Amino acid sequence: MNIPTNLKYSKTDEWFDPTTGAMGLTDYAQEQLSDIVFVEILLSVGDVIQAGQPAASVESVKAAAETYTPIGGEVSAVNDSLADSPEVLNSDPFGAGWMVKIKGEDTSGLMDAAAYEKYCSERNH
Amino acid sequence: MTYIPHSPKERDAMLATIGIKTLDELFKDIPAKFRFPDLDLPPALTEMEAAAELAGYAGANETTQSFVSFLGAGVYNHYIPAAIDHILKRGEFYTAYTPYQPEISQGTLQAIFEYQSLMTLITGMEVSNASHYDGATAVAEAVNMAYAHFRGKRTKMVISPTVNPQYRATLRTYTQGMGLTLVGDDAHANLDGGPEIIEKLIDEDTALVIVQYPDYFGCIYDYTQLAESAHAAGALFCVAANPTALAILKTPGEMGSDIVVGEGQPLGIPMSFGGPYLGFFTTRKKYIHKMAGRLVGETVDNRGQRAYVLTLTAREQHIKRERSTSNICSNQGLMALASAVYLSLLGQTGFRQVAELCYHKAHYAADQINKLKGYNLCFDTPFFHEFSVCCPKPVAEINAHLLEHGIMGGYDLGQDYPALKDHMLIAVTEMNTREEIDLLVEILEEISHD
Repeated sequence: MNIPTNLKYSKTDEWFDPTTGAMGLTDYAQEQLSDIVFVEILLSVGDVIQAGQPAASVESVKAAAETYTPIGGEVSAVNDSLADSPEVLNSDPFGAGWMVKIKGEDTSGLMDAAAYEKYCSERNH
Repeated sequence: MTYIPHSPKERDAMLATIGIKTLDELFKDIPAKFRFPDLDLPPALTEMEAAAELAGYAGANETTQSFVSFLGAGVYNHYIPAAIDHILKRGEFYTAYTPYQPEISQGTLQAIFEYQSLMTLITGMEVSNASHYDGATAVAEAVNMAYAHFRGKRTKMVISPTVNPQYRATLRTYTQGMGLTLVGDDAHANLDGGPEIIEKLIDEDTALVIVQYPDYFGCIYDYTQLAESAHAAGALFCVAANPTALAILKTPGEMGSDIVVGEGQPLGIPMSFGGPYLGFFTTRKKYIHKMAGRLVGETVDNRGQRAYVLTLTAREQHIKRERSTSNICSNQGLMALASAVYLSLLGQTGFRQVAELCYHKAHYAADQINKLKGYNLCFDTPFFHEFSVCCPKPVAEINAHLLEHGIMGGYDLGQDYPALKDHMLIAVTEMNTREEIDLLVEILEEISHD
């Protein structure tokens, strides 16, 4: 399982990149969901949001899940290409699988990579 | 034979597990006087007596077996090939519940897949679900889909007053409490203005525009321009279509519709005093994740053989819960099968022939009636197999007279549209012979002299 150390993580399995403002679904989450067949971003550029708000709706072959905003702020970009290629959430969750970019500062509610790894391994038992 | 699968021993084990001795103890919280109320039932009948009694009730019905019918208004009297019933009653298909497990249900799943394929063909659309209850509920699901598509951000649904009044009533019921505004749903509105009237109601808050094709009064309009206007405002466009008419008319798909729904009853399903019927629902591939209902797809199994499965089920309510488009995923499996068998038996040519017969017979009838003194066709718009006639007397009076001659007359439009008092909606199908039409015309003339 891939957990890049430069990112921050939420308890609902989203990653946040403090340097670019991008967020997405973690490798752990995409693996739990298995093949993702549909994603719908629920936010638009300019939306002012709080942490924990629905950001995207994701459907896999066996489940449907909601992805939440890891931090509050203003949405500065939306990855429109995901709608046509939801499978990149499986193949490249930390790269091409980014969902939205958020202009925001407060990452205090998020975990670092080590804490997130521990959090994931605890849930596997 | 008992239908209770548990043996007394198993029942005792279950009772012991929950710590009681007899089944009666389970009901001890219900006051004794309510436990076995006197139901005041008549004495039991033998099978022979029951059959005679039921036959008596059935015999009190007036049906199209013994009457000539010119009644339509959403439900149509078409010939139903005998083979349909035989196929429906095969044990593999004849069940109240659809067995969805692909391991044991390839026949049922393939039948639904064929049904879906046929529906996309006749509507000119890309995807069909496995069906809804009837035309009215299919229209309501179109609204649910549009609402989900805009994630509740657009709350206005424009519906033409010339959509079947029962569909509009169902829509009002379905959308209660959703915070939607239904615009155009007005029986007092201008009814012969065509699509231009509807066009004026569309704005930036409009999620969906719904029209009927041919409309409730039988009129045919090309909705291409209206679809463009809906799209220009960012809205979706839905057509509720008569499937038989689609055999010869430009398809709603060609007009640019996003959703095409309708009543599937004309496709081999008996009129049966209101049901069971079949709601078909088709859309564009890009909206498939917002489509309500079941969907069967074709795939290959682990041996590379063609196989059918329920597909994209993650969009349905049992997985997506309150975030799904609709909380209904039942389909009308048996009726969908009936329509698939109907279309297969007729084939493209036969289906077209049925539509042409309806068209020509209806136009013959309309011409003859229009020549009668006191009777006029209400609209000068092209029509398919149904048309509205302005009558010299109240429709109820005319129909009572027709019934005496063994004819069920047309629908009394004044019941739903106050402005159309004394207006009759007459449907003519392939079932009506020229002699029957001539008889209708003759009696209509007779009535106008009275």
